[in-house]
Amino acid sequence: MSYFSDIYKGIKTLLTGMRVTGGYFVNARKGTLTQQYPDNRETLKMFERFRGEVVMPHDENNEHQCTGCQKCEIACPNGSIEIIWDRGVDETTGKKKKKIDKHIYHLSMCTMCGLCIEACPTDAIVWAPNFENSVYDRTQLTKVLNQPGSKVKPGVED
Amino acid sequence: MITYLSMTKSIHDWLFSILPEGAANITEMVLIALAYLALFAVAGLYLVLLERKVAAWFQLRLGPNRVGPGGIFQTMADALKLVSKELTSTDRIDKFLYNLAPYFVIVTALLAMTIFPFSKQLQAFDPNIGMFFLLAISSIGVIGILVGGWASNNKYALIGAMRSGLQTISYELSVGLSILTMILLTGSLQLSEIIEVQRTGGWLIWQGHIPAIIAFMVFMIAGTAETNRAPFDLVEAESELGAGFHTEYSGMKFAYFFLAEFINMFIIASIAVVLFFGGWLSPFGITEGITWFPEVFWFFIKVLVIIFLMMWFRWTFPRLRVDQLLTLEWKYLLPINLVNIIFMAILIWLNWTL
Repeated sequence: MSYFSDIYKGIKTLLTGMRVTGGYFVNARKGTLTQQYPDNRETLKMFERFRGEVVMPHDENNEHQCTGCQKCEIACPNGSIEIIWDRGVDETTGKKKKKIDKHIYHLSMCTMCGLCIEACPTDAIVWAPNFENSVYDRTQLTKVLNQPGSKVKPGVED
Repeated sequence: MITYLSMTKSIHDWLFSILPEGAANITEMVLIALAYLALFAVAGLYLVLLERKVAAWFQLRLGPNRVGPGGIFQTMADALKLVSKELTSTDRIDKFLYNLAPYFVIVTALLAMTIFPFSKQLQAFDPNIGMFFLLAISSIGVIGILVGGWASNNKYALIGAMRSGLQTISYELSVGLSILTMILLTGSLQLSEIIEVQRTGGWLIWQGHIPAIIAFMVFMIAGTAETNRAPFDLVEAESELGAGFHTEYSGMKFAYFFLAEFINMFIIASIAVVLFFGGWLSPFGITEGITWFPEVFWFFIKVLVIIFLMMWFRWTFPRLRVDQLLTLEWKYLLPINLVNIIFMAILIWLNWTL
């Protein structure tokens, strides 16, 4: 008699569902997911994997890890990254070597796909958890990622 | 000691002392109507707020918390906004029916509210066919929905309205039969009489044990379907029909439909409380001896528990498809109900009730 077993199974699965949501209801005080954003601006911490914008970290000597290989520029599907580069003499080896002049990043075009970061062989660019990216002038969204006067960290090769 | 009875009696005497008889009667009726309208508005607004809060807690959110402490004035603000909005309508609607539909829905909800005994003395109207009256009134409400959907000249509204008709016709049967099962036990349709039966023998869900519990479950399922709430909200299935039958309504007319939905929920919960959980009687008679204790308190507590149960259903179960809805009613609820009613009759015949 599948008729009665259907009724039994139906009631059982409904009660299972109600137990799950009932558990959520009881724990609603502790487990609230809502961020009351402008109020908790000081304490709000973004998640580890949050994709806000692409940045290039610099160390205390104003050195970055970008060798100017342009792999990010090639990987970018819509041309959000432009690299202006030059050749210069490397102090340690004395050889001529590629170095970046400007790493230009158009945040207004970026789709946050992350392909540039995956393509980077030296981890020179990373995600930053900044999310307050709105500005009044869209030219401010075209950013130069390397700081003025910075140079590549010695020993970073691609 | 002031009871409702002495309060109403003193108002009654005072009115008759200063006015001629006919005028005093009419004034009394207007006063009662105003009291019920006030209850209607307050209950509607706060049920909406409760629904939003409960929904938020089920989904681990916070819910409305900005307007007033803990968001308690949120629905007041919403109501003010709705009152101030323009009443728009589309081209080629049936003007008369379009404007009539919200009143059908709200008036039937109000009419059904009048006969509930909130406490021993707090009842506006106690006809000896109370339960029958409730069933008859609650089936008029669907006409408002049908008319609204028909007159809107909008295919989504029409589909929603037709689904509502189908759903209400089907589930009315189950509501009626489950009520009938309990009526076998009470032997009376009068609501005050039904509660008196439960004073001595315990609540009806206890007196009727197994068939009463089955009847309660069937009543809750069918009652949720009657009020067009999820998981039976095919009428206004947002993902399919926009807003269903009230797609074309705006402002206060929309608010009437919206409020009526919550008042209908209150009515279904009240019927369940009267029929199964002893109305305003206290559990185990704990406040029986205390004469000043407002029995209204117990009534509303029980109603709120049942309403919470319905909200729990709403935020747990997915919406049914039309064929599933009909299968549930005609292949499961109706046969179970018919067997259950016989079972109850045998139980009473053999005196196996508790």
